[in-house]
Amino acid sequence: MAEAPKAPSKQPPAGGRAASKKELPEHFKSYKHVWVFVEQERGQAHPVSWELLGEGRKLADKLKVDLAAVVLGPEGEATQHVIGEAFNYGADLAYLVADPLLEDYRNEPYTKALTDLVNTYQPEILLLGATTLGRDLAGSVATTLLTGLTADSTELDVDEDGSLAATRPTFGGSLLCTIYTLNYRPQMATVRPRVMAMPERVERPVGKVITHPLGLVEDDIVTKVLDFLPARDSSKSNLAYADVVVAGGLGLGSPENFQLIRQLATTLGAEYGCSRPLVQKGWVPSDRQIGQTGKTIRPKLYIAAGISGAIQHRVGVEGSDLIVAINTDKNAPIFDFAHVGLVTDAISLLPALTEAFRKRLSPHNRDKLASRRAR
Amino acid sequence: MHIVVCIKQVPDSAQIRVHPVTNTIMRQGVPTIINPYDLFAVEEALRLRDVHGGEVTVLTMGPASAEDSLRRVLTFGADRAVLLTDRFFAGSDTLATTFALATAIRKIGETFGAPDIVFTGKQTIDGDTAQVGPGIAKRLDFRQLTYVSKLVSADPDAKEIVVERRSEAGVQVLKSKLPVLVTMLEGTNEMRRGTLEEAIAATRAEIVTWSAADAGVEDMQKCGLRGSPTIVKKVFAPSARSEKAAFVEAEDQTPAEALVEAIFERQPALQEDLAALAGGY
Ligand SMILES: Cc1cc2nc3c(=O)[nH]c(=O)nc-3n(C[C@H](O)[C@H](O)[C@H](O)COP(=O)(O)OP(=O)(O)OC[C@H]3O[C@@H](n4cnc5c(N)ncnc54)[C@H](O)[C@@H]3O)c2cc1C
Repeated sequence: MAEAPKAPSKQPPAGGRAASKKELPEHFKSYKHVWVFVEQERGQAHPVSWELLGEGRKLADKLKVDLAAVVLGPEGEATQHVIGEAFNYGADLAYLVADPLLEDYRNEPYTKALTDLVNTYQPEILLLGATTLGRDLAGSVATTLLTGLTADSTELDVDEDGSLAATRPTFGGSLLCTIYTLNYRPQMATVRPRVMAMPERVERPVGKVITHPLGLVEDDIVTKVLDFLPARDSSKSNLAYADVVVAGGLGLGSPENFQLIRQLATTLGAEYGCSRPLVQKGWVPSDRQIGQTGKTIRPKLYIAAGISGAIQHRVGVEGSDLIVAINTDKNAPIFDFAHVGLVTDAISLLPALTEAFRKRLSPHNRDKLASRRAR
Repeated sequence: MHIVVCIKQVPDSAQIRVHPVTNTIMRQGVPTIINPYDLFAVEEALRLRDVHGGEVTVLTMGPASAEDSLRRVLTFGADRAVLLTDRFFAGSDTLATTFALATAIRKIGETFGAPDIVFTGKQTIDGDTAQVGPGIAKRLDFRQLTYVSKLVSADPDAKEIVVERRSEAGVQVLKSKLPVLVTMLEGTNEMRRGTLEEAIAATRAEIVTWSAADAGVEDMQKCGLRGSPTIVKKVFAPSARSEKAAFVEAEDQTPAEALVEAIFERQPALQEDLAALAGGY
């Protein structure tokens, strides 16, 4: 991916550079099939892997090739379970490197396992989640293989001649660019969690699993894991995967007023989030930031209060089913992509909104609703 | 201890505007800054030097004007600055960037002493890929420690380093061997201001300026556009949603009630979902 993106006006015309023509070297022509790296940590698969299998399925179908899941981990039940799930989310086959040395994520053995698999079985496309693990691994693997990598893609497609077209934000999110790796294989891309929709899970039998040895002993690995401190559940937010999210922005005016967002979230059983300036001001912890440099969310309901709707915020919330915006400025950009808008002062509206939801969702009202439906 | 810190001068993207008609970036007058994430790397490097002694060399690849950013890091107390600048580097993607930087770091090692640690920021705010650190590590055959939230200890004699690394599910405590590449997480320390003497010295300091050839690049095909496997084919503005938000008007209700009504009208199933989420009854 272009680390120093050039303004389009300054670029030589397309086709004017040798590399922008497709002239795939002979030895890459045997590279076939779409691979998704299935990320697991401590026996727990990261859901971004299933999102990628959903996306990989579409690419594989267009190319008329197979979709493979790549699973690295220790031998045992947890890893077998992850393989099973990969088939349930659409994989046609799986590649497995199972070794006790892969118990915890470490760059060295994981890079070796994945590059060995690529060199042996030669995929044309390799997708990874843009998580701390996926980004750590993808950079090492792409550099080892000397191939192209498009980080944080927001859209993946294949064009007429079968090349991967990976689109991502550029220039701080104000523009999008489409990036190709025409003459190297595999074509690699990472995608952030929640950017792609979760595919349907269909119970399927476990298909073909191709196993490959790691070929390392512990002494070969320099980095050692001394300890693992799991995130405390209370502090770990489930923002990215929440069904309902309530967020506040600078329009709230003070950290005290942000309390109103937390109260509404509690009433709805929702997660709360915020725009970037509130993190920069230290009002809200950074793992609550929504947007291009924060979390991407896809809830059924997103309520944004006092958020202007800058493009960097917008890209993180566009996948929401229903976006509700509360803002004093009827011309705020957020109303260009929200579904429902209310032009009013959020600070006075929020307590009333919390109360209105509470009333509506009280057991009493719920029973009424149920009996009405029964009739 | 010799510590190399890689920084990047980036446009202050909060101030970038896109021309509404031509879809091109209006760069005129956009100020540049040191990539904010890199400052945490700089501070961590200076702290390590202050404890263990040695030198901090700051390195950037960029246009001649990137000298401004290097001088700023010198005002914080870095010992030496190296500017890698050459038209051959123009248009580098991550792979070509890591080739150039790794080559320059090798040259820095030959010229000023082998580095024990190479620091980078977590990512840049313009490229945003987080891939350059790992790429440099691979090319130098250093171990890599990314998303480091805390440097627990570094022992230059035993050549050992212990860090806390942020993972998706928690924090890994990792021990590795020097030389190593570390990418620092944001918010891990607070940038020092630097002393007056350092500021004065910085304005006078000589910036080591290297072309590709000076840095020891032998194969120019591996640099810049030519050395980049990725190609930017198209740059475009995100498309707008065709309809604007439906504005809620309160008639015989309060605005809050009208809003709740509008939400459930559009998504009737939400009422059930919310009741389950909210009360668990
Ligand atoms: C590289 C880069 C990355 C970025 N990443 C992110 C990101 O991940 N996430 C993100 O959110 N931003 C990000 N930003 C910042 C983004 O550009 C905006 O600056 C930011 O989203 C604005 O936050 P805001 O909407 O809270 O504040 P403002 O833009 O200041 O908007 C405040 C809004 O509140 C309204 N308002 C004022 N008073 C009231 C009131 N009483 N009641 C109701 N409404 C009121 C105003 O009309 C206004 O629309 C990024 C920027 C850059 C350059």
